[in-house]
Amino acid sequence: MNPSASSDSGSLWEVFVRSRRGLSHVHVGSLHAADAALALRNARDVYTRRGEGVSIWVVPSRSILASSPDEKDAFFDPAVDKVYRHPTFYELPEEVQQM
Amino acid sequence: MSERNVDPMAAALFTYSLRLGDDALILAQRLSEWASRAPEIEEDIALTNIALDLLGQARALLDYAGSVEAAGRGEDDLAYLRTERDFRNVHLVEQENGDFAHTIARQLFFSTYQLFLYEELISSRDEMLAGVAAKGVKEAAYHHDHALQWSVRLGDGTEESRQRMQAAVDRLWPFTAELFDTDEVEAALVSQGIAIDPSTLRPRWDRSIGDVFATATLTTPPTIWTSHGGRRGVHTECFGFLLAEMQYLHRLHPGVSW
Repeated sequence: MNPSASSDSGSLWEVFVRSRRGLSHVHVGSLHAADAALALRNARDVYTRRGEGVSIWVVPSRSILASSPDEKDAFFDPAVDKVYRHPTFYELPEEVQQM
Repeated sequence: MSERNVDPMAAALFTYSLRLGDDALILAQRLSEWASRAPEIEEDIALTNIALDLLGQARALLDYAGSVEAAGRGEDDLAYLRTERDFRNVHLVEQENGDFAHTIARQLFFSTYQLFLYEELISSRDEMLAGVAAKGVKEAAYHHDHALQWSVRLGDGTEESRQRMQAAVDRLWPFTAELFDTDEVEAALVSQGIAIDPSTLRPRWDRSIGDVFATATLTTPPTIWTSHGGRRGVHTECFGFLLAEMQYLHRLHPGVSW
């Protein structure tokens, strides 16, 4: 059995679902599972029961390194006033559906 | 089936549709008892998803049985207004949930059977049965995978989970033989290319279950006795209690709908 299972109901997993081809996987939530195979099946049952997806990723939550609220100013404030970084200075053809 | 309808093929098709439909209906009822009681919320949703898949199959099959019978009975009449002796499901699906291992063992035995049955029934010459099988085979494949994953984890898990899984397999083993019973109903329909002779599914089922037991370090129980009679309407003790709960609302408020 999975030696990393940390409790009776297993460890925490983050779930990413791709709603259709061409789009990115989007984080939809998290769940508990004893191992990766069961996490994938639980994700199917919990997050795609209304036809939400064509592909699922599950990632152990402990593998995710998150930015800290303490670092918020240094991380994000410098980007706020740099309007020239936005790709808004040209016309987008109507045929482009996803940007 | 009412006696004024004397077409023996229609009578056989009615009974065959009831047998398949009642298996799905009664297992759906048992699995839905897990709602809010499963070991974890993810499993709660998984088991009730499976229940709803089976309920969908049951609705199609009972509705079809009603139209074959042509006596004005619909899916609700067949599900809620028949008495115990008129149900044609196997004993396996009516057995109580027990602990999680018992539910998984029952799921493993039934979903393996139903998966192999639907794979064959897809080529039935009856369009309705073929259609139910074509839709149901994908559902059954997932139910089978779910049961297989848990059987291996419980069997090849901790000492306690292995003991519980083995106890569940031992307890439910006598109810598996009935899945493969065949009588004049199947015989009449098999010759027309409509039904599948369930006894032909047995060798494949035995191999598949044997493989799961080997992976899960479980022991195949000796066959000391086998339980039969559900296909003729003779059921085990727990079935009346299940029907009482399932039919209570409809009998108290006839014709009630959501």
